[in-house]
Amino acid sequence: MFGKLTWAAIPFDQPLPMTASLFVLVGILTVLVLATVKGWWPYLWREWLTSVDHKHIGIMYVLLGLVLLLRGFVDALMMRSQLALATSGAPGYLTPEHYDQIFSAHGTIMIFFMAMPFIVGLMNFVVPLQLGVRDVAFPALNAVSFWLTATGALLVNVSLVVGEFAKTGWLAYPPLSELQFSPGVGVDYYLWALEISGIGTLLAGINLVTTILKLRAPGMLYMRMPVFCWTSLASSLLIVAAFPLLTATLGMLLLDRYLGMHFFTNDGGGNAMLYFNLIWAWGHPEVYILILPAFGVFSEVIATFSRKAVFGYRSMVFATLAICILSFTVWLHHFFTMGAGADVNAFFGIMSTIIAVPTGVKVFNWMFTMFRGRVRFETPILWSLGFIVTFVIGGLTGVLLAVPPADFVLHNSEFLVAHFHNVIIGGVVFGAMAGYNYWFPKAFGFTLDRRWGVVSFWCWLIGFYVAFMPLYVLGLLGMTRRLQHTDDPAWAPYLITAAVGALIILCGVFAQIAQLIVSIRTRDRRRDVTGDPWDGRTLEWSTPSPPPSYNFAIMPQVESQDDFWRRKQSGERPPPPRYQAIEVPPNSPNGFIVAFFSVVTGFALIWHIWWMAITGLACALVTLLVFGWIERTDRTLSAETLEAADRARAAGMQPP
Amino acid sequence: MTRAPLTDLPMTEIPANAVTATGRGGGGPAPVRIVVAYGFWIFLLSDIIMFSALFAAYAVLSGETAGGPTARELFDVRHAGIETLCLLFSSYACGIGALSIERRRMGAFYACCAATFILGATFLALEVSEFAGMIARGAGPSRSAFLSAFFSLVGLHGVHVTIGLLWLVFMVAQVAAQGRKEFVLRRLHCFSLFWHALDIIWIALLTLVYLIGAR
Repeated sequence: MFGKLTWAAIPFDQPLPMTASLFVLVGILTVLVLATVKGWWPYLWREWLTSVDHKHIGIMYVLLGLVLLLRGFVDALMMRSQLALATSGAPGYLTPEHYDQIFSAHGTIMIFFMAMPFIVGLMNFVVPLQLGVRDVAFPALNAVSFWLTATGALLVNVSLVVGEFAKTGWLAYPPLSELQFSPGVGVDYYLWALEISGIGTLLAGINLVTTILKLRAPGMLYMRMPVFCWTSLASSLLIVAAFPLLTATLGMLLLDRYLGMHFFTNDGGGNAMLYFNLIWAWGHPEVYILILPAFGVFSEVIATFSRKAVFGYRSMVFATLAICILSFTVWLHHFFTMGAGADVNAFFGIMSTIIAVPTGVKVFNWMFTMFRGRVRFETPILWSLGFIVTFVIGGLTGVLLAVPPADFVLHNSEFLVAHFHNVIIGGVVFGAMAGYNYWFPKAFGFTLDRRWGVVSFWCWLIGFYVAFMPLYVLGLLGMTRRLQHTDDPAWAPYLITAAVGALIILCGVFAQIAQLIVSIRTRDRRRDVTGDPWDGRTLEWSTPSPPPSYNFAIMPQVESQDDFWRRKQSGERPPPPRYQAIEVPPNSPNGFIVAFFSVVTGFALIWHIWWMAITGLACALVTLLVFGWIERTDRTLSAETLEAADRARAAGMQPP
Repeated sequence: MTRAPLTDLPMTEIPANAVTATGRGGGGPAPVRIVVAYGFWIFLLSDIIMFSALFAAYAVLSGETAGGPTARELFDVRHAGIETLCLLFSSYACGIGALSIERRRMGAFYACCAATFILGATFLALEVSEFAGMIARGAGPSRSAFLSAFFSLVGLHGVHVTIGLLWLVFMVAQVAAQGRKEFVLRRLHCFSLFWHALDIIWIALLTLVYLIGAR
């Protein structure tokens, strides 16, 4: 009846996961009860759960990323404290089985459910506004994308309470992840969560590519698009080209585990190296999927807060596209040590060092943008400055790792761990935080508190260096990654220092939470009434904060790069607006319902509850068919409505 | 002969600058039918990339028979040839159907859809019989890595054909119930693209799996 699922799946005997899940459950219940008591459900259903507005979907993506950042960060704290305690042969407080699940969950969550939602959310929110259009190409599909991502995140977190998570590391290498060596449900949780959320990400990528290539305001030529749009385009193209590889690769592993096939098994002629190649042919472009939009954020932030157009716009665009293409030619550097031979290693080593060139071009462009600019040290640019320094260090250690002989020494050591945290925290997380502080007033109509923002930045920056610089040393001393305890007393000081660094980052996280709470409480003082709190350059700042659901009552006519800045500088008065009726897409519960059935199907497949899986899949299919059958009737907003709303806003009132 | 317009969209609804929406793209947002077809094309490209991963796996594993039957012993080129003919004529019928509905020849449209469906279903039946025969001979997907890759690659194409057939039934029902509405025509156009894309993948399959394997 319930497949492999029994009461034994819930770890009643382990106090740690039980307490953690109890806290989470109480938290969720509190939110649900509060929403019911306060009568928020109609509002939540109408404005968020069924919304197809790209801005609301973008905000939900970012919220998902922030919540999962907390979950992934708790995992990080547990790992660092375990390693600080379990030195010189001490056992620490986490068993090896538990520790293995934690590092696997940490990597999976941070990449797929923290960084990806955050970055896709920023793109979703910002790109249509910057292009001067009213929504993405496929608004209802956009909601489906988001809810499928949320499904994956939910499944990963369910594994905390029901069953276990993978103990295989974040990429679930076979043969360890095959049924023979991982008979539990942990790997199945991993695989189904990523298959479902991967489809969501692919659809989001298709949507963004179509939006950027086919929906732009009149006059928005390619070479007038803001740099963030360019990097979003490159990132979305990479999603379209890389995520199907992930879907196929994980699908093959699923076939091995569920139908006894032999793609990657030790017996039957399977080839585990095939998995390594396929997963990294997705995995390396994936890191550029994450970092390119972050580069875009820094370009916007540095240009705005230096009051200068971004230096070398064309070279910025070409560097972005060069990275986009080169990212598919370097994947083998993740396994130089695995015997592909000197010629192959040399090719991939050279390609990996070449990809540093366009990145270097960008770093110089950012510095020249600030040169002789009037830099205002608001929170977003602090993150950008921290990024430039940190990312260059991470990039240099990356170039070192790209040299095959050096990699033979450093492969799978703590040096590698330090390197990729150096670029992912210093690049993606700092970029996400810069974007969060920069576009928050556009999303909610009030600015974030600067003081707490600065505290948070410094805690993150200092904490990062204290936590990860010792790992470089540990790697050179010979410590490999994924160790549950260590024996060498010489390593202890470094491990303890790293744990202190994690605590400093924890202060940064608390400061961010404080920043949000303080800003909400004092929101009346920090209202953004102009829609342009930073003296911005691009079209999103020409809209009110928060923008109406249709973004632009009148579609802007673009005449140059940084068109909004040009209009402000020239003092040119826009011609009296000629309002025309517009059509806006109606809300759709499609995404939410499909995601609900995806959760049911995914959970059933993980636990081999076949009747439930078939029912869930059939219900999801019927939902899609029903929504496909009904003709969408767009809501028409008349010219008078638009004019009245604009007048009300100009008079400082809430629009009707 | 004058060309009928692609959809029912009245010309007035297409902005005058729609043509300039190509090129460097200064002409403002493209019309819906272009956006939809373009987005669907990108989806198809991503689908082809998914197949490419399985093609790569097949290329690596095609020799790994683990002492079991080899491609040469199993593949029947004549069988694959008949499958190919079914699929290609199915697409031909699909194409004629798309032209018919443009010209409001509804009878021809329904006949073409029926032909598309029957030929597609025949293809699928042939594939299932081939699979069943192989499994009966002890050459199932869990026999060897070669057979795992073969069944997954060809089977994934078969799953796509199945989805396509269901979609076709849905589209015919929608045209019958709701008529030549613009959103229905747009979707029909996407179906047509999907059905032809499956041909492209099948030709690669026929060449790389059956023709080379049976040598």
